[in-house]
Amino acid sequence: MDEHPDSPPISDDTALTQLHPNHIKVLRVKTVLASLPVLIGALVLETTAILPPAVIMAPVALLVVLVILRLPLRRHLARGYAISADRLRVVRGIWLRRDTVVPFSRVQHIDVDQGPIERFYGIATLTLHTAGTHNASVHLPGLGEDLAREMREGIRQHIRREAV
Amino acid sequence: MRHGEPRRTDPRSFIVRGVMGLRNAVFPMVAILFAARDEGYGVFAALGVGLFIACVAAAVNFIAWRRFSYCVGAEDIRVEQGILNRSARSVPYERIQDVSLEQALIPRLFGLVEVKFETGSGGGDELKLSYLTQAEGESLRELVRERREEEAPAIVAQADGADRTAAPAEAPAKTLFAMDTGRLVTFGLFQFSLAAVAVVGGLTQQFDFLLPFDIWDMDFWRDELAQQGETIAGLGRQAQLVGAVLGAIALIGLGFATGLVRTFLREWGFLLEKSARGFRRQRGLLTKTDVVMPTHRVQAVKIGTGWLRYRFGWHSLNFVSLAQDAGSSNHVVAPFATMSEIAPIMAEAGFAPPSDDLEWHRASRHYRTDSMVMEGAIPLLAAIPVAIFAPLPFVLIPLSLALLAAGTNYYSWRFRRHALDGRQVLSVHGLISPDMQIAARVKLHSVEIAQGPIAQHRGYATVHLGLAGGSFTMHGVPLYHARRLCAAVMDSVTETDFARINASVSGA
Repeated sequence: MDEHPDSPPISDDTALTQLHPNHIKVLRVKTVLASLPVLIGALVLETTAILPPAVIMAPVALLVVLVILRLPLRRHLARGYAISADRLRVVRGIWLRRDTVVPFSRVQHIDVDQGPIERFYGIATLTLHTAGTHNASVHLPGLGEDLAREMREGIRQHIRREAV
Repeated sequence: MRHGEPRRTDPRSFIVRGVMGLRNAVFPMVAILFAARDEGYGVFAALGVGLFIACVAAAVNFIAWRRFSYCVGAEDIRVEQGILNRSARSVPYERIQDVSLEQALIPRLFGLVEVKFETGSGGGDELKLSYLTQAEGESLRELVRERREEEAPAIVAQADGADRTAAPAEAPAKTLFAMDTGRLVTFGLFQFSLAAVAVVGGLTQQFDFLLPFDIWDMDFWRDELAQQGETIAGLGRQAQLVGAVLGAIALIGLGFATGLVRTFLREWGFLLEKSARGFRRQRGLLTKTDVVMPTHRVQAVKIGTGWLRYRFGWHSLNFVSLAQDAGSSNHVVAPFATMSEIAPIMAEAGFAPPSDDLEWHRASRHYRTDSMVMEGAIPLLAAIPVAIFAPLPFVLIPLSLALLAAGTNYYSWRFRRHALDGRQVLSVHGLISPDMQIAARVKLHSVEIAQGPIAQHRGYATVHLGLAGGSFTMHGVPLYHARRLCAAVMDSVTETDFARINASVSGA
């Protein structure tokens, strides 16, 4: 009885807005930084010369280059958001896909964060805090700086002192 | 009246703390008694140390009592405390979610209560006044409530439509649920537990030095066993049988007795009342607790049961509320009741039990298959090395584990379902008996649809609902229904939002 027709009518994946293009660059820099320890580890193993030269380094380097080239773009494409008059929808994740909707009237407070890399590329992360135990904070990274501030002001209008 | 000026806690609280502190002195005393048991002065040394510890504790307690003061102000309660590090804390009335009174055994002998102010802050670092007289505690609770209502009457009314009917005058409390001795006995029988046996076992391990023989001496046991065995063998087969039956009966009796004692200790005099202020629950034999939950703070309800009591129609009702952040506050409002008793309690909190014609949606069949395969696969993989390296019969262990995992998932699917009614989300899950969770859609804070790689291909999802003070997760929901659920929650939330805005505009 519950196996339903394959066209879910409420699905609105098409309506998602892409994140700022600079977000890819931020992700790429972060991926490079994250892969440094792996490279250094491989280099150390290489210098100990247990195995013939380049047996460790070559595959590791190849893998790292592939990851740096492919992963940021894929992660960027997997992310998106949709903002309407009364709610924000955030979609993210390649492997574990999460689709979160937060109504503005349930937002407790809002943060706009920028790390050093994000600041360099003019990108910011918008964080909505709710009172729920699950999803106590919903992050939306990769917004343009100005857009993030604009969204914060827009959402702030909806926050009222509530005793729910 | 006592507005403004700093006050101390009851002077007797210093004595109570001293008595409770004596427990700390007992251990060193016992230790010294044992260490010096062969010497003549052993007893005196132990007593001396005990006295010294008690004196130091008393001095510290006294200074702490002198340096602790609280002040009931116009807008907040202020507490100053600390011997070396002074700390001053202010808790505004509007942040106090709840005031609970707790009486442990010793304070109770003196007629004192511990007053806890629950602010719903995560850390569990709540404001406590220990100890005040019972009358003082209750008047403080009244005061905090009055202040809260003076300050924010509009907000309380807006928070929940059902709350508008709350009469301003103190209406007499209505008894919603109480348990008499007969019900307690029935409940206790269902609480059958062999935990006491484990405790006794644990204690013998901890305090084996007190026993007149060495419990770890194998020769002792072998001799004992041989001796007893001979005696038993001498009694003949019938006597052995009688002995075994008696042993089993004793064990079962101990299990029932444990259940009964625990139930009586915790649930004695259980009384749930509803007044204009909210729900009030009193229970406990030695430690009597008295908790008040404002109605609009109830976020969701849980109806639980057990595999056996479910067959007899017994259920329990819990409230999920914001104050649960405080940690140990267990908001069970009916521990052992029939559904017909639970329904009116739920109605008082603004929740409705599932109607008969409610359309339930099962979890996806794909989810059942996948979870069976996934969880069965782990022990199955483990079976490979076992089959290679261990003797053949051992391979049965991982194989039966795999079967068990798959079977568990198959059977838990039978109960897994969810439904939407006019205002609520209902979810049922459980292995042998169904547990139900019901949340008011208006009180949800977010909806998340999560899909792992398999779920993405197979068209189902895990739905997490953002619930204040608790979690609400549904597994294996078909994607179509997950999206429908999300849309329904959002509609409910935004709809009420408009209603609230309109109301405040017309009111102003």
